[in-house]
Amino acid sequence: MFRHALSAIQNIGHRVIEGIWRLGHASRFFILVLLKSGTSLRRFGLVIRELYFTGVLSLIIIVVSGLFVGMVLGLQGYETLQKYGSESAVGTLVALSLVRELGPVVAALLFASRAGSAITAEIGLMKATEQLAAMGMMAVDPVARVVAPRFWSGVISMPFLAAIFSVMGVYGGYLVTVVFIGVDEGTYWSQMQSAVDFRFDILNGFIKSCFFGVAVTAIAVFEGYDAPPTAEGVSGATTRTVVTSSLVILGLDFILTAFMFRGVS
Amino acid sequence: MTSESLIEVNNLSFSYDKRPILNGINMHMQRGQVVAIMGGSGSGKTTLLRLISGAIQPTNGHVKFAGEVVHELSRDALFSLRRKMGMLFQFGALFTDLSVYDNVAFQMREHTNLPESMIRDLVLMKLHAVGLRGAHYLMPNELSGGMARRVALARSIALDPMLIMYDEPFTGLDPISLSVIGNLIRRLTDALGMTSIVVTHDVQESLKIVDYVYFIADGVIAAHGTPKEVRDSVAPFVHQFVHGEEDGPVPFHYPAQSYKKDLGLGDYRV
Amino acid sequence: MQRTTMDLWVGLFVMAGIAALMVLSLKVGNLNVYNPSQSYILTGNFENIGGLKVRAPVKSAGVVVGRVTDIQFSTQTYDAIVTMSMDSRFIFPKDTFASILTSGLLGEQYIGLAAGGDEDMLKDGDKIMKTNSAMVLEELIGRFLFDKAAED
Repeated sequence: MFRHALSAIQNIGHRVIEGIWRLGHASRFFILVLLKSGTSLRRFGLVIRELYFTGVLSLIIIVVSGLFVGMVLGLQGYETLQKYGSESAVGTLVALSLVRELGPVVAALLFASRAGSAITAEIGLMKATEQLAAMGMMAVDPVARVVAPRFWSGVISMPFLAAIFSVMGVYGGYLVTVVFIGVDEGTYWSQMQSAVDFRFDILNGFIKSCFFGVAVTAIAVFEGYDAPPTAEGVSGATTRTVVTSSLVILGLDFILTAFMFRGVS
Repeated sequence: MTSESLIEVNNLSFSYDKRPILNGINMHMQRGQVVAIMGGSGSGKTTLLRLISGAIQPTNGHVKFAGEVVHELSRDALFSLRRKMGMLFQFGALFTDLSVYDNVAFQMREHTNLPESMIRDLVLMKLHAVGLRGAHYLMPNELSGGMARRVALARSIALDPMLIMYDEPFTGLDPISLSVIGNLIRRLTDALGMTSIVVTHDVQESLKIVDYVYFIADGVIAAHGTPKEVRDSVAPFVHQFVHGEEDGPVPFHYPAQSYKKDLGLGDYRV
Repeated sequence: MQRTTMDLWVGLFVMAGIAALMVLSLKVGNLNVYNPSQSYILTGNFENIGGLKVRAPVKSAGVVVGRVTDIQFSTQTYDAIVTMSMDSRFIFPKDTFASILTSGLLGEQYIGLAAGGDEDMLKDGDKIMKTNSAMVLEELIGRFLFDKAAED
């Protein structure tokens, strides 16, 4: 019994040490990527190529989910608000929820599972098939040539994707409440505009999505580069990318929200 | 750089986590030679290649490439040294997102400022040398194993290196592709005046093309000589390896306590 | 995929992203209505601000002309000092009347400005002298009951 408890505590300790070690390893890798970003910024064509894979190919899922999230928000918001006779505020509700929270967060979650997992799998497979080693043998640094462009493409595309998500959501809400239910169009937009502040809501949402972009792609490239060079290794790393970045997005969202909206309304 | 010796390996040792992998290796390789390094799986052959290319640091001793001690070079100097080396990985390691043409052109684009028209001529020349000029538009996933390795060979000679290392170039090939690759290694080495190191355990194929053979076992050089000396050797290890016998100096059984004890039979005292 | 096709798609993607940010700023947000970069500061002392919050709008004739940027408690006069950032396109006379109003019965509170007739205008850093406190529901009900009792 005592031995059981002891080994359980040992197990916890082992995991904590492992986790901290990995975190340090990841931070070092992150700094390395930043230091070696010169090549990808000088040869921007490399980043543009990756922008196609991370940004353009994520567009469909972002547009469709944004539209549906906005439609659901409009419908639910209208149902609830009309009980209090304030259905005119539905535009405010849709826009504020999207711009402050749902836009950056849901777009980042979708981005992690669409583009993040693809980045991890791609880098992991390049490692498993010795493409990264071959590149090193050709005197080309794989971190500068392969990892950094993917990282920057993710950092650049995330804010755009979040903004597109929010706009699609606002128009989805418009579609349901104004076109289908019949809320006055002028009320929908004017209530929204008087309540949504550029600096507090839109700029903060934008800043959030920038943070998420850095976090998701940093995790994705690290997991790919760190993956054991086997089939299970790569598939495990892909799963870890999605799970870790989802948790990091939600945790980071709480921290950022607490900082941004502290003491304000 | 005296006496045409391109690579000198002096008393080279390497341990991984205190587990010795290589122990006091000495080798000399001359310009224009094809040298084979043979040994069983896990005998440290690939580690030796990584030491020569400077990917890992030796625990003891050193590798001299063209007169320079590899592990003492700075990162930039190492990278410029690596431009004089090529490496053919086991399965080719072609960049899967680039076409055959772009794979061969990769190093030229990364390291030179040649105009695109000249790169085109060079790429087609290199591809012609391996007989795949017509396949320049294909993607790596459209190639057979043998073709992929030939493209990788064309890629590794892109900048006319002084040395090419081949990591198990014969693994998993049909007999025709096998002799195609073997002959290519010999022909390119002679034509370009470079040195080739072939790490392999395909004895018969490699003995046809190489000038010199080193056998590695348990981290030391067990035997070395010309192909003729090797074929005629009576040393037990070489004999076992060349003729592929099941048991000999390299035991069939992994070291274990006595069989009887494992099965719980008879006397327990060892 | 052809290099040029890829470039085209990425170009379209970036343009769509920038367009989305513009829509958010101009159509969803209020960047065109109120630009805080060109503003001046006014303060006012209120006896009771009720539920007024930082970022509440300052309106005149129902049009947003500024925002509340800070609310402090003064230990000299024991009342609230409200700082407002005003759009510099709108200037008001010295004797402007500021009162804390409520939009709708239970809606948010805002500061309403009623312009006076003074020749001098309020400048950056000035203080609005004439203020009217928020109406607190309990006080209203209390006064109503007190008046009723007095009538009887």
